Amino acid sequence: MRLPLLALLAKEPAHGYELKQALEVTFGSAYPSPNIGQIYVTLGRLEKDGFVRAVDVEQSNRPNKKVYYLTAAGREALETWVDEPTEGPRVRDEFFMKLVLAPLTGIADRMALVNRQRRHYLSLMRDLDALAERTDPENRVALLLIEGAMLHLQADLDWLQRCQEDLAL
Amino acid sequence: MDTPVVKATNLVKIYQTGGLPVPAVRGIDLTVRAGEFVAIMGPSGSGKSTFIHMLGGLETRTSGEIWLDGKRADTLSESGWAVLRRQKVGFVFQFFNLVANMTVADNVELPALLGGVSPRQARERREYLLGELGLTERAAAAPAQLSGGEQQRVALARALANHPRLLLADEPTGNLDSRNTRDVLKLLGQVHRQGQTIVLVTHDARVASMADRVVSLLDGQIVDDGAIPRTRRRPSGTAGDVVELHG
Ligand SMILES: Nc1ncnc2c1ncn2[C@@H]1O[C@H](COP(=O)(O)OP(=O)(O)OP(=O)(O)O)[C@@H](O)[C@H]1O
Ligand SMILES: [Mg+2]
Repeated sequence: MRLPLLALLAKEPAHGYELKQALEVTFGSAYPSPNIGQIYVTLGRLEKDGFVRAVDVEQSNRPNKKVYYLTAAGREALETWVDEPTEGPRVRDEFFMKLVLAPLTGIADRMALVNRQRRHYLSLMRDLDALAERTDPENRVALLLIEGAMLHLQADLDWLQRCQEDLAL
Repeated sequence: MDTPVVKATNLVKIYQTGGLPVPAVRGIDLTVRAGEFVAIMGPSGSGKSTFIHMLGGLETRTSGEIWLDGKRADTLSESGWAVLRRQKVGFVFQFFNLVANMTVADNVELPALLGGVSPRQARERREYLLGELGLTERAAAAPAQLSGGEQQRVALARALANHPRLLLADEPTGNLDSRNTRDVLKLLGQVHRQGQTIVLVTHDARVASMADRVVSLLDGQIVDDGAIPRTRRRPSGTAGDVVELHG
């Protein structure tokens, strides 16, 4: 969550609660909304690393609030992050390990493993569809995130089928 | 117990073209109850099209039995099948085949008219189906003027025109992008909720995930047949769903 917070602070200084809200507005229900505690812990670490700095702002009738802003080092870290290519998603290696190692354990039938996994993926797909259904159509970011997850799931299923064919289960 | 809409027992298809016999379907048993939505999945060449064609009488079986809506069907003549299909079955082909010299609208209305409904009812049904599939504007076009994806949606509309007892579809979203797939999914969901029995072949996980049950073929045989489980997650439907769902 470090870099998304830096990105939000690059736009304007903000306090913790505003950052939480900005994340929610941007990604909608599709992305995990961090709790305020996590946000403050992350901001604390970013401050220690010199990427952000905080100033106390007085408020009438309330305790002071800390407003965070981006430092030059923070901006540089952000630019590096944006500019570098991003690793592709990892394959679902845990299932693959199970599949390959199952015969050694003598406890699992590969065919049954693949079939169960296929039904599980389809049930995840159904949940993603339901999620898309109740997502605000105006929230393009959330919908794209959901569509991306669906395409990944499709690839997982296709790969599962290849495993089933090729391992001569 | 009510009569199943589809009952296939020990269904076998061996193609014999010239040289070696090709066993495409090797002993399939399948029972589909009224209102059920069954998705058939499996790798290319596993016999999905062959199987669904046999269920619709578009390919003869080598051995085994097919019962549709309580009526023995595998022993029917070609013309007997034609009558049965007109009365009870809507079929969407993997490679759509529309009547080339008829408009989109006429293609969709024809099965309903052949089925004996009034021209007005046929037109209303056609307008509803084309509307749901985003094709209202294309009603007067000839099939050749449509993209592959549009033709496939017309084929689906035509298959549903007659409120068939059974909808058979072979890759109905095979040529569609994700927006058009969504229209097809919505319509399938709607007719399914209205009680439509559906047996559909698909590679598309979104389509398959709408089914009540998924049947997996491998090498002409069923290797899995069962319900798609409900997830154990609470259906909170708020924060972090995609990332939680997809890991
Ligand atoms: N008319 C035919 N004559 C001879 N062999 C055929 C014929 N039609 C299909 N086959 C063979 O039967 C097997 C099953 O084919 P089928 O078309 O049913 O597979 P499928 O599962 O629908 O594949 P796909 O996902 O590619 O559509 C294949 O080996 C295919 O080559
Ligand atoms: Mg096929």
